Amino acid sequence: MANPQPLLATHFDTLDQQRESASLGMWVFLITEVMFFGGLFTAYIVYRSRLHGLFDYGSHELNVTLGAINTIVLICSSFTMAIAVRASQLGDRRTLVRFLVLTMLLGLTFLGIKAVEYQEKFVHHLVPGPHFQWHGPQPRQIEMFFSLYFAMTGLHALHMIVGVGLILWLLPRSAKGFYGPDYHHPIECFGLYWHFVDIVWIFLFPLLYLLGRSHFVG
Amino acid sequence: MPSTERAVLETEDYINADYNIKSWLLTTDHKRIAVLYLISVTLFFLIGGLFAVLIRLELLTPQGDLMQSDTYNRVFTMHGVTMVFFFLIPSIPTVLGNFLVPMMVGARDLAFPKVNLASWYVFNLAGMFTLYAMFAGGVDTGWTFYTPYSTTYSNTHVVATGLGVFIAGFSSIMTGLNFIVTIHRMRAPGLTWFRLPLFLWAHYATSLVMILGTPVIAITTLLLAVERGFKIGIFDPNLGGDPVLFQHLFWFYSHPAVYIMVLPAMGVISELIAAFARKPVFGYKIVAASSMSIAILGFLVWGHHMFVSGQSVYAATVFSVLSMLVAVPSAVKVFNWTATLYKGSVSFETPMLYALGFIGLFTVGGLTGVMLATLGLDVHVHDTYFVVAHFHYIMVGGTIMAYLGGLHFWWPKMSGRLYPQFWSRLSALIIFVGFNLTFFPQFLLGYMGMPRRYHVYPEEFQVLHVLSSAGASILGVGYILPVFYLTWSMRYGPRASANPWGATGLEWQTSSPPPTHNFLETPVVTTDAYHYSEEVTVG
Amino acid sequence: MSKAPFMPPQGSSFAGQVDLLYLFLVGISLFFSLLIAGLIVYLAVRYKRRSPRDIGVPIHGSGVLEIAWSVIPLVIMLGSFVWGTMLFFHLSRPPADAVEYFAVGKQWMWKFQHPDGTREINTLHLPVGQPVKVTLTSEDVIHDLFVPAFRVKMDVLPARYSTIWFEPVRVGTYHLFCAEYCGAEHSRMGGWIVVQEPEDYERWLAGERGQENRLASPEDLFKRFACESCHRTDSVARAPQLAGLFGKQVRFKDGSAIVADDNYILESILKPNEKIVAGYQPIMPTFQGQMSQEEALALVRYVRGLEAGK
Repeated sequence: MANPQPLLATHFDTLDQQRESASLGMWVFLITEVMFFGGLFTAYIVYRSRLHGLFDYGSHELNVTLGAINTIVLICSSFTMAIAVRASQLGDRRTLVRFLVLTMLLGLTFLGIKAVEYQEKFVHHLVPGPHFQWHGPQPRQIEMFFSLYFAMTGLHALHMIVGVGLILWLLPRSAKGFYGPDYHHPIECFGLYWHFVDIVWIFLFPLLYLLGRSHFVG
Repeated sequence: MPSTERAVLETEDYINADYNIKSWLLTTDHKRIAVLYLISVTLFFLIGGLFAVLIRLELLTPQGDLMQSDTYNRVFTMHGVTMVFFFLIPSIPTVLGNFLVPMMVGARDLAFPKVNLASWYVFNLAGMFTLYAMFAGGVDTGWTFYTPYSTTYSNTHVVATGLGVFIAGFSSIMTGLNFIVTIHRMRAPGLTWFRLPLFLWAHYATSLVMILGTPVIAITTLLLAVERGFKIGIFDPNLGGDPVLFQHLFWFYSHPAVYIMVLPAMGVISELIAAFARKPVFGYKIVAASSMSIAILGFLVWGHHMFVSGQSVYAATVFSVLSMLVAVPSAVKVFNWTATLYKGSVSFETPMLYALGFIGLFTVGGLTGVMLATLGLDVHVHDTYFVVAHFHYIMVGGTIMAYLGGLHFWWPKMSGRLYPQFWSRLSALIIFVGFNLTFFPQFLLGYMGMPRRYHVYPEEFQVLHVLSSAGASILGVGYILPVFYLTWSMRYGPRASANPWGATGLEWQTSSPPPTHNFLETPVVTTDAYHYSEEVTVG
Repeated sequence: MSKAPFMPPQGSSFAGQVDLLYLFLVGISLFFSLLIAGLIVYLAVRYKRRSPRDIGVPIHGSGVLEIAWSVIPLVIMLGSFVWGTMLFFHLSRPPADAVEYFAVGKQWMWKFQHPDGTREINTLHLPVGQPVKVTLTSEDVIHDLFVPAFRVKMDVLPARYSTIWFEPVRVGTYHLFCAEYCGAEHSRMGGWIVVQEPEDYERWLAGERGQENRLASPEDLFKRFACESCHRTDSVARAPQLAGLFGKQVRFKDGSAIVADDNYILESILKPNEKIVAGYQPIMPTFQGQMSQEEALALVRYVRGLEAGK
C-alpha cells in the first residue's frame, strides 16, 4: 500500500510541518466554533435561570426518546469516524471508505430524525412566528424557548450537513487511495470537526431536553 | 513586456511576476493579497471619511439645518460601522500583517494561502451587504445596535447591515487563524519565540482576540437579525426578552475589538521606534508580555460600557477595577518606547514622526480611558462627547497614525519605490495638528454636557464645535495628501534598495519589492530582534 | 451665578465632588502627558543621529524601571478607582428622606410626576435643598436621563425601573438631555429642571393643582383594576396576601425564592406568570397595556406601603 501523492504545498518545508499546521488550524477553528455556540448557550442559560422553571414546559414538549436515539447515533458516528481516521493513518483504503460511508449514514440518520422532530413541532404549532400557539402560561416566553431550541439545534444541524458534505468530498479521494501514512491530515482534521459537532450535541441534549424533567409539574 | 525593459529589471518580483488581472484576483501570494486589501480598506476609509465630513458640517451650527434628523442618524451610524468594521479592525492586520507576517518569520507564505484569498473575498462580500444597506437608505441604530430600538423600532436596513458585520467577522477569523498557525509552525530555523519582532507578538495577541471574540459578535448579530425578521423576543421586553442582555453580548466582543484595533498599531510602533533609534526596544520581553496581557485582560472589562445601564453597583465596581488593570500594560509600553530613545541614534523620517505622534496621542487617549473607568466620573461623562474624544484619540490618534507610519515605513518594501520626504513629513504634521484641533475640544464639550449622537445642540456649545469642524478640514487635507504622493511614487519615485532605512528584520534582507517566494533561500536566524551590529549598511 | 469655564454649573450637592475628582484626574493626565511628551522631545533631540551609519546603544531593559513604572501608575489608578467607587456608591444610594418623583421616557419626550400627582412634560420644577429620588422607566426603547448640572445620569429601560437621586443646591434652570440614542428626535428629547426657592415651588404647585392634571388615588386604582377581588385581606385562597409583602421572602413553584421589592411587584402586575408563587395557580391576568406607567407606579407604592395585619 504505497503512499500515493504526498501533495506537499510549496510554502511548507516538510510534510510534518504541513500536517501540524493543518491540525493546529483545525483546533483554532474549533475554538471559534465553541465561542460561536457559546453565545447561544449563554442566552439560553441566562433566560432559563431567570424564568424560574418556565422553560421546563418547553423542554417537556421535546421528544426525549428521539433525542436519546440521536445521541446514540452520534456517539456511534464518532466511533466510526475514529476508525476511519485510524484506517487513513494505516493506508487501509477499504476500511477508510467503509467507515466514512458508515459515518455519513449515521449522520444522515441523525438529520432524518431531527427532521421528524421538527415536523412534529410544526404540526403542534410550536415553531416560533405567526403560527405559534401555546395554551399554557406565558406564551411569549415559551416561544422564546422554542426560538432558542430551533436556533441551537438548527445551527448544529447546519454543521452536520456541512460535515456530510465534506465526507462526500473526501470519499472519492479516499477511494482513490490519496490517504496513507505520509499524508492523511485531511481525514484527521475532518475527524476533529466531526467529533466537535458530536460534542456540541452532547451539551445540547441535556440542556434542552433533560433539564427540569423531574421538576415538571402538570 | 518588451525585452529591453525586462533587461533593466534585475529580478522578478511579486508585482511584475504576472501582470494580468486574473493573476491578481486569483493570487495566493500573501503580498498580493495585502495589496488587494490595501485597495479595499482605502475605499472604505474614504467612505467613512465622507460620512465624517457630513457630521462635522452639520455640527457647525446648533440647529439641525443641514440634514433632517433621520438623515443625520444614518450618517453617524454608517460612519461608525464603516470605520470600525471595515477600516480600523482590518487595516493593519490585513495590509501590513498579511504582507509582513510570513516575511518576518522567514517563510514563503502564510500557513493557508487560499484561506487568505478567501478572506479578502469574504471581506468584500461583507462590504457589499453594508454598501447595499447604505444605498438602499441606510441604517440609523448607531454602530452599537442597541435593542429594542434596533429590533423593533427602527425602520432602516438593520438586517442587511447586521449581515454585513456578521460576514466581515468571518474574514477577521480567517486572518487571525492564519496568523496563529503561521507564527506557531512556520518560523525559520533559529527563530525562537523571544527572537520574534514585536510586530509578530502584537499580531499573535491580536489574532487570539480575533478568534475568541469575533464569533460572539457573529452570534449576536445573527440573533438580532432573527429577532427583527421573525419578531422573536430575545432582546425585546415586550416579547419577554432582555435588552441589556444584548448589551452584554455586544460588548463582550466589541471591547476586545478595540484591542484588535490597537494591538497591531502598537506592534507597528515598536518596529518604528527600534528602526529609527537603531537599537532594540527597551524591555523587549515585557513589551511582548504586555501585548498578551492586554489581549487576555481585554476580555474581562466589557461592563465598563454599561455602568449606567441599570445593573448592580457591585458588577460596576468589578469592571472598574479590572479596567484599571488593563491600562497598566499599555502604560508600560509607552514607558518602554520612550526609554528606547535614550542613547539611541534617532532620525526623523516620516515613519518616526508618526510613531512619536502616536505615543503622545495614545497617552492622552489612554489616560482619558482611565478617567472613564472611574465610576463616579463616568456617570457624568458617559454618552457625551468626552467618550467620543477618548476613542478618537486612540483609534485615530493611535491606530490610524500607526497605520500610516507603518505604510510609510514598509512602502519601499511593498512597492519598491521611495516617496518624497517633504510631502510625507508635511502630511504627518498636518494630520497631527488637524487631529488635535478636531478632537481636543470634544473633551471639553463632553464635560460641559454635550451628549453623543446629537445634531441639534444648545448654543453655548457652538464655539467648540466650530473649532472641531475646522480641525476636521485640516485633518482631511492631511489624509488626502498621501493618496497623491504615494500613488505618484509608484510610477515616479526613485527605486528603493533592499534596506533603505538600515533596519533589522528578515523582511529587509530581501529585495524591494520581494520575489514571489520572499527569500531565495530559507533564512537562518542567529540573533535577537533589533540586533544592530557595529555599523549600519543602508542598501 | 458663577461658573467655572468648560464645566456645567454645580447644581447638586455632589457636583462639586465629581468636579474635584475630574480635576484631580485631569491634573494626573496633564502631568503624565507632559512628562512623556517632554521626555520624547528631549531624548529625540539629545540623541539625534549625528552621522548616517550611527547606531544606538543596545540597552535591553531594567527590571527596576519596569516595576516602578508598572506599580506607580497602578497605585495611582487604584486610588482613582477607590475614590470613584466611593463617589459612585454615594450617587447610587438615595438618602432615606428623599422625596419620590417619577419619570417616564418615551420617544421623544419626558413625563414627570410629582409626589402629589402633579404632572409635567419635559420640565421638572423642584424646590432647592430637598433630596429627590426619581424612579424611571421607559414606554418604548432605552433612553437616559442626564442632567449635566447635577452630574447624574441613568439609563431608562422598558418594563423595568431604574432610579436616580440628587439634591439641588442652587436655584436656577438647568438642561436635561436624553443620553441614550433612541431614534429620530433623540437630539430634541431634552428639557429643563427648574429649581426654585421652596415658597416659589409651593406656589407653582398650588397653581398646577387647580388644573385637571391629577392621577386617581392609589386606593381608587386598587378598586378600579379589581385587585381586591382576588387579593383580599380576609382570605388567601385565590391570591397571595399583599399586606406585609414588601421586603418579605416569596417562594415560587419551582422552588426558587426572592425578596419582594418594587421590581417584583411591578413584574407581578405586568407579567404575572413570570414567577408563580408556590401553592397558587397561574390565573392572575396581566395589566400590561391596560394601565399607564404612572398608575402602575402608584399601585406599586401602595402595595409597598401595606403593612402586615391590616
